[in-house]
Amino acid sequence: MSVLLAEQLLNGLQFGVMLFLLAAGLTLVFGIMGVINLAHGSLYMIGAFGAALVANATGSWWLALLAGLAAAALVGMAMEFVVLRRLYARDHLDQVLATFGLILFFNQGIILLFGRQPLFVDLPSWFSGAVEIVPGVPYPSYRLLIIAVGLLVAAGLYVLIQHTRIGMLVRAGATHREMVRALGVDIRLLYTLVFGLGALLAGLAGLMAGPVYNVQVGMGEQILILTFVVVVIGGIGSVRGALFGALLVGLTDTMLRGFVPGFLRGMLPPDQADALGASLSSMGVYLLMALVLLIRPRGLFPAHG
Amino acid sequence: MADTSLPEAMADAARTRGWRDRAILLVMFAAAAALPLIADAAGFPATTGIATQIACLAIAAASLNLILGHGGMVSFGHAAYFGLGGYAVGILWEHFRLGEPIFGLIPGSNQLLVTLPAAMLVAGLAALVIGALSLRTSGISFIMITLAFAQMVFFLFVGLKQYGGDDGLVVRRRNLVPGLDLREPAQMYWLCLGLLALWLWVLHRIVRSRFGRVLEGIRQSERRMAAIGIATYRYKLVAFVISGVGCGLAGALMVNYLRFASPEMMSWQRSGELMLMVILGGLGTTLGPVLGAGALVGLEYTLGGITEHWQFILGPILVLIVLFARGGLMSLLGYGRGRG
Amino acid sequence: MDAAVAEPVLEARGLIKRFGGLTATDDVTLDVRAGELHALIGPNGAGKTTLIGQLTGELRPDAGQVIFRGEDITRLSTAARVKRGLVRSFQIVQLLDDDSALANVALAVQARLGHSFRFFRRASTDDALTGPARRILAEVGFDAARVELRTGDLSHGERKVLELAVALAAEPQLLLLDEPMAGLGPSESLRMTETLRALKGRIPILLIEHDMDAVFALADRISVLVYGRVIASGEPAAIRADPAVQEAYLAEEAG
Repeated sequence: MSVLLAEQLLNGLQFGVMLFLLAAGLTLVFGIMGVINLAHGSLYMIGAFGAALVANATGSWWLALLAGLAAAALVGMAMEFVVLRRLYARDHLDQVLATFGLILFFNQGIILLFGRQPLFVDLPSWFSGAVEIVPGVPYPSYRLLIIAVGLLVAAGLYVLIQHTRIGMLVRAGATHREMVRALGVDIRLLYTLVFGLGALLAGLAGLMAGPVYNVQVGMGEQILILTFVVVVIGGIGSVRGALFGALLVGLTDTMLRGFVPGFLRGMLPPDQADALGASLSSMGVYLLMALVLLIRPRGLFPAHG
Repeated sequence: MADTSLPEAMADAARTRGWRDRAILLVMFAAAAALPLIADAAGFPATTGIATQIACLAIAAASLNLILGHGGMVSFGHAAYFGLGGYAVGILWEHFRLGEPIFGLIPGSNQLLVTLPAAMLVAGLAALVIGALSLRTSGISFIMITLAFAQMVFFLFVGLKQYGGDDGLVVRRRNLVPGLDLREPAQMYWLCLGLLALWLWVLHRIVRSRFGRVLEGIRQSERRMAAIGIATYRYKLVAFVISGVGCGLAGALMVNYLRFASPEMMSWQRSGELMLMVILGGLGTTLGPVLGAGALVGLEYTLGGITEHWQFILGPILVLIVLFARGGLMSLLGYGRGRG
Repeated sequence: MDAAVAEPVLEARGLIKRFGGLTATDDVTLDVRAGELHALIGPNGAGKTTLIGQLTGELRPDAGQVIFRGEDITRLSTAARVKRGLVRSFQIVQLLDDDSALANVALAVQARLGHSFRFFRRASTDDALTGPARRILAEVGFDAARVELRTGDLSHGERKVLELAVALAAEPQLLLLDEPMAGLGPSESLRMTETLRALKGRIPILLIEHDMDAVFALADRISVLVYGRVIASGEPAAIRADPAVQEAYLAEEAG
């Protein structure tokens, strides 16, 4: 039981850092530009597809890494340049609708290019094994890699935001947009860069997800909605909130999926127990969100005030 | 007397316009009512079915318009109430068919006069709970939270295997209602059209009432509303519930028409489409959502006839509409307010 | 009217509000008495907006109390304060731009008449709302021929007058006016001054204003806020003569 628990904890952590990579970008873009970008999930998908295609064609995991990151960042910056920058001054409704249109475009575009069949990606050879975290408990080393990368990115973002000039602008931008403009900073370039960074992180999450989950159309939206839950729980515009929210949601979701069906099997026929268990554990994080809203409507780590 | 002629001229113009609009409305309604006859005569009987779907979606879009267009609340989760209304019909049918009460208490039913109010009640209660939580926030959080709660309801129904889960729930026969035979496509359509007209009229009254004035005020300046002594939360919540009830009605009719309920009814894409219909038609106008529903369904059929990848074309069209044509169809026709 | 002996209608007691390291409101104690027009002046950045926020309920003070007509309202919401008669106007007008001027005022009348859970009868032709609204618009000198126009299309001067009318429609027991003259031309300022003079005595007013001509023409008492503190408070002549005020504020205005 405790072995299972340790495994599930690590799985939860791994899912949590994936969510963090998406939530960090989403919340930065909102904090600085005031834009809600539904197509953030599309960048995750594009990163995953870019990497999967190159990995399967060349067999080189390094090239795949490069391709996934480049695809997400380039598409992200193009998206900002062509559409999103025209939406900064618009209300959230316009932003939601335009980026909803982008989702339709990207999803259908991927279907046009690669079809509806999910792609499968092999694990990179030197991470295909397992390590014994505790003696007798093997754990896939690739998942440990994801956790390590995620935590590394979190540390990097912390340094970037707390200790660099861009970070200062980011922090100021989240609360005093006018002030940043008044500083004479080239806001457009800053915006494109921040957007590119967010896209890069989404792409990173996507390409790492490839070998663990299926690479398929629609993968972006599934995780995007969970990312919203993360951002709401953590507090909008706060990267620290995104980290805590992501870990909390990742752990909760994984734990519930791991243990609720087994618990229900004691009461219901197995197939019904599994289905109901899956659905109840899917609902769990939303109930968690409801609870946070009741207690702290602005999230656990609100960025403003 | 330049001082008095301006308002008088405006009042005259408004009166003339009012009569003209009423005449147009009457003609439109008559044409809509005659549609099944024309469709049959012209040899396109399938048109009646499409029009029935448009009428159902228009009820949902008009309901969303109450909070989105008039109250300024951007709910990205209204498909949940649409789906709940639909499942109310489906589940009541399923228990009627099996002859076992729900939870051993509530008997199933195939009577429209039972299932419609039940659907509205269920959707309204869900909107009350979700609205009460979501309205504690505003702006971008509100958008994300409404979307997330709708997703939660979606997952709930995916998991309810006894009601079909992923595969959905078949309702083998449309509900019964005294005086109508809903198996007749035209009668099913007339029912939906009639309820659409009735619901639009109710919403129109609400929008112009004192309650509607408060709602409009909240959209334009919530700060001002507080400064004249209005505690806005309760008004927003009541509007949210009314809007949920309307979506429940729409979903119940849709399931009657399709004879099928599925989680897809409450997917986030469906929520997005409902918003699109409101925007396409024109925010904050009475007939806009109807035009929007017609336009979106029409666009889907037209583009769908050209290519199966029609969303690849629809997506950019949406972006262009948002960027360049903000008032929607009603403003092209010279009605409603321009946004911005 | 002897303001010194009249009862305080609104009192701020030891209000403190900090934002991070900055103390925006630093132990402010202030009152407005029945029948009085009390002006609050201070250079830009003195913390006037923050102070108003605490009086109206948009901000919570870190310490101190707000007392209105004998009741501690420090924890009440904005709407609850308005219901008790503490009504404000906004420096940057907060109007419903898509609606007519008349509809703006009528909505404030409606809010005062009790709850608005009435779903059926048309509000725009309801004389119980439009009647009082027209009266109030006339009272503040709003052009009767223009009350049906869309608010977004009105001139800045008209919008400032409308802002005042909306506040009056809420039947204030005390009016908190946030720079009613801001952005007005000289003749519009004079008209606004006359409008306020007509209100003075009838409704106690706390006037925040940069227009010194208007302040000294209207005020019974003046308080001066600098860096979040009240550095002087008294009758206009005393304030004019106060060296600290001259240094901190009037010199800047003149220079």
